[in-house]
Amino acid sequence: MNPAVRRSLRFVPLLLLPLVPLVDHNNSHIDFLANAGAFILLALGLNIVVGFAGLLDLGYAAFFAIGSYSYAMLASQQFGIHVPFWVMLFAASGIAAIFGILLGAPTLRLRGDYLAIVTLGFGEIVPQTFLNLSQYTNGPNGINSLDSPSLFGHRFGFSATPYFYVMLGLIVIGVLLASNLQNSRLGRAWMAIREDELAARHMGINTTAAKLSAFALGASFSGLAGVAYAAKLDLVSPDQFQFNVSVLVLSMLVLGGMGNIPGVIVGSFALSFINSFLLPQSTNLVHSIGLTWIDFTDYRFMLYGVILVAMMLFRPEGLIPSRQRRAELREALTDPGISAQEQTEYQGAAR
Amino acid sequence: MDVFYQQLINGLSLGGIYALIALGYTMVYGIIELINFAHGDVYTLGTFFSLAILTGLGVSGEVHGLALVGVVLVTMLAAMLLCGITGVLIERLAYRRLRNAPRLAPLITAIGMSFILENVMQLWKGPSPISFPAVIPNPSFQAGGVEIAAKQILVIVLAIVMMVALQLFIRNTKMGKAMRATAQDRDAAQLMGININTTIAMTFLIGSALAGAAGFVSGVYYGTTWFFNGFEAGLKAFTAAVLGGIGNVAGAMLGGFLIGLVEAFATQYIPQGAQWTNVVVFSVLVLVLVFRPSGLLGEAVPEKV
Amino acid sequence: MSFFKLTNVRKTFGGLVAVNDLSFAIEAGSIVAMIGPNGAGKSTVFNLITGIYSPSSGAIDLEGRTLRSLSTDRVTARGIARTFQNIRLFAFMSALDNVMTGCHAQMRASLVDSLLHTPRQRAEERTVRERARELLKFVGLEGDADNYARNLSYGHQRRLEIARALATDPKLLLLDEPAAGMNPREKEGLIALIRRIRDKGVTVFLIEHDMHLVMNLSERVTVLDHGEKIAEGTPEAVRNDERVIEAYLGRADGAA
Repeated sequence: MNPAVRRSLRFVPLLLLPLVPLVDHNNSHIDFLANAGAFILLALGLNIVVGFAGLLDLGYAAFFAIGSYSYAMLASQQFGIHVPFWVMLFAASGIAAIFGILLGAPTLRLRGDYLAIVTLGFGEIVPQTFLNLSQYTNGPNGINSLDSPSLFGHRFGFSATPYFYVMLGLIVIGVLLASNLQNSRLGRAWMAIREDELAARHMGINTTAAKLSAFALGASFSGLAGVAYAAKLDLVSPDQFQFNVSVLVLSMLVLGGMGNIPGVIVGSFALSFINSFLLPQSTNLVHSIGLTWIDFTDYRFMLYGVILVAMMLFRPEGLIPSRQRRAELREALTDPGISAQEQTEYQGAAR
Repeated sequence: MDVFYQQLINGLSLGGIYALIALGYTMVYGIIELINFAHGDVYTLGTFFSLAILTGLGVSGEVHGLALVGVVLVTMLAAMLLCGITGVLIERLAYRRLRNAPRLAPLITAIGMSFILENVMQLWKGPSPISFPAVIPNPSFQAGGVEIAAKQILVIVLAIVMMVALQLFIRNTKMGKAMRATAQDRDAAQLMGININTTIAMTFLIGSALAGAAGFVSGVYYGTTWFFNGFEAGLKAFTAAVLGGIGNVAGAMLGGFLIGLVEAFATQYIPQGAQWTNVVVFSVLVLVLVFRPSGLLGEAVPEKV
Repeated sequence: MSFFKLTNVRKTFGGLVAVNDLSFAIEAGSIVAMIGPNGAGKSTVFNLITGIYSPSSGAIDLEGRTLRSLSTDRVTARGIARTFQNIRLFAFMSALDNVMTGCHAQMRASLVDSLLHTPRQRAEERTVRERARELLKFVGLEGDADNYARNLSYGHQRRLEIARALATDPKLLLLDEPAAGMNPREKEGLIALIRRIRDKGVTVFLIEHDMHLVMNLSERVTVLDHGEKIAEGTPEAVRNDERVIEAYLGRADGAA
């Protein structure tokens, strides 16, 4: 079978998803799926940066914030500007990509762990800035009453269903683009950089440009998700984009399998499901039998933490890994052949 | 001008706390090249332990005379010990297995540990800020128009004493030499008969104990704490370690004091500066990493640990 | 005008002089070697050529154009490829992907092409895959296309590195100890392979310890000791040069 066809076959289950709102009339279910969709989109974007190019971005929520605030400022009463939702999808992904380049250009020469910390700093600065510039952003109250998107004259309003379809559409596009990238000249260059940056440069790969494009593309996914999520929520405020959001998305990747698109989707969906259904429902359950002092939702951060630690220790390739990643991470644990030491050495040599 | 000197003292006090935390970052990075993301939370844990010990001792307000010395010493040393043990356990459980893994794996694990610790503290003391007894009476000393509180003197002196002690330890003891050797070349150190596991555990013990001391003084200094304290303080202390030259003990101290001063002066002299201090400090981090990743003292004293 | 030329190249690290006032030229279409005791600075010369280090002073020119201050990827695009003393393949990529990665600089697929898999992009991928298969065949690895690089035998890994370097379509190929760790039979195969590479019009510049290989293959030999050129000439002349004999015999590591 043609490998491209085989690859696409893995995504067949997605084709059944459009039917869900026709079968399930519970608005809260559809609402959950739409929200989960935004996080799948975020995870697909972060996967380009972390999974494909091997750059740890700990401030990914900043681009989500930039996307959301772009919509809030350019499609609401805030400044009386009303750019249509569909235009904003493109515009915001472009704006986020530009910020990705602005952040990446000076920092991408740094070694991996320093880069991670710099992105974290950026992730702190961005929401703080939105918080502080209160004359434009209403500070901690955020911006509300955003324009409701409309399609062929139908306004989306407060129903979750149209957003569900928007998210689904964006995810389908996102999956296609990401999987195209993975199997392209650029995708190979990212893989090479992840494996051995110095050797990659000797292949004629401009590693800075390749990493920048990973940053920009990852950010643009985040911008898309930001617009769709902001429109759906009808509100944007700085506390939606804290560090824990970046870590949540990272946990989704680690759980599902960095670098593997189906794994990323499954990991992302699973964590959203646990967060929005499993923890609250099981809390309700134990409350109903009288154990009212237990609230499982208080353990949310513990859950992210345990996922990160346990997965790295026991299954670093994720639940649904790519063949390559499994080999990379598994053998690295048992075989010091590509040890951290050696990576340091070449980075020293490259400087 | 008085405002300037007042902020100078405030900055040095803040800086003393950052410096104590930064020492732990720099030691661990020096020896295993890991940004121990959970270190900031070990510091917060230090405040929580101190609070628990003070409660156990029945202390809820000012203490005077010899009793004060006793309370301070007992609480701080106990907090240091408990934090030290926590640090060693974290290394043993979460990091040791990943020593040869691709370097981002232990960093991700460290972020996970940080979240676990924060959640544990949140479950322990709740999500809101909690108050910390003002153990140290507040005789303020006047020098010119500048007020210096007793607790500020405590922070600054303590930070300097700890650093000098640490320097002496690293330079003169056998364990200190083992640490330096391991930092330089782990394999060679092992061949020389140094027990790598013990040495690394010791590094975590000392670094975390210093964070415990920082936790105690910050409790006394601010009179309040909460479970999420360590995130921001940790980032600032890491910035301090990088600014001073990571892996460098004196650098961590210098960086700590500098970051404290930057924060104090930014609060004073930038319009609405208090809102922007984080932005300023992280900008410092980015600028240092981009333009001088070896830090201020990184080359002058290449010795690691 | 020489094809490739180093002029008074000097490189210091702190106070240490790694390469001192080194000059030599390489004729197009030749096979030349650089020999010298361990630590003589041979690999440093390669690193200077490919832009990993920049010379403290002096000039490096390819076809009359300077390589000064070019980044490594630009040097590769100009037509210089290399292999590494310690093999540096992309361990967890297939042999075929390794070679296709080498084609990066000749490919034209833009970001948009990569995102959308335009017909142009797909055609290019097909061409490049075909070319990569030919190169694998050229070095005798046609059966290993789908294996991870790290699962190949040592000798095959060295050949794969050569194939990957050739994929960048070099004018000058730098080989850093290509015969290291090979048995005599593999070495004979390597000699034949290097000749075939030269016959395709690629100039070969190699660092090697194996004197049999050096004497058999190279038209000219440069001898480096303590970062300085101590002899240069035909293999015969160099073999009988007193300073060369002294440099080698005066040391425990000697000539392999």
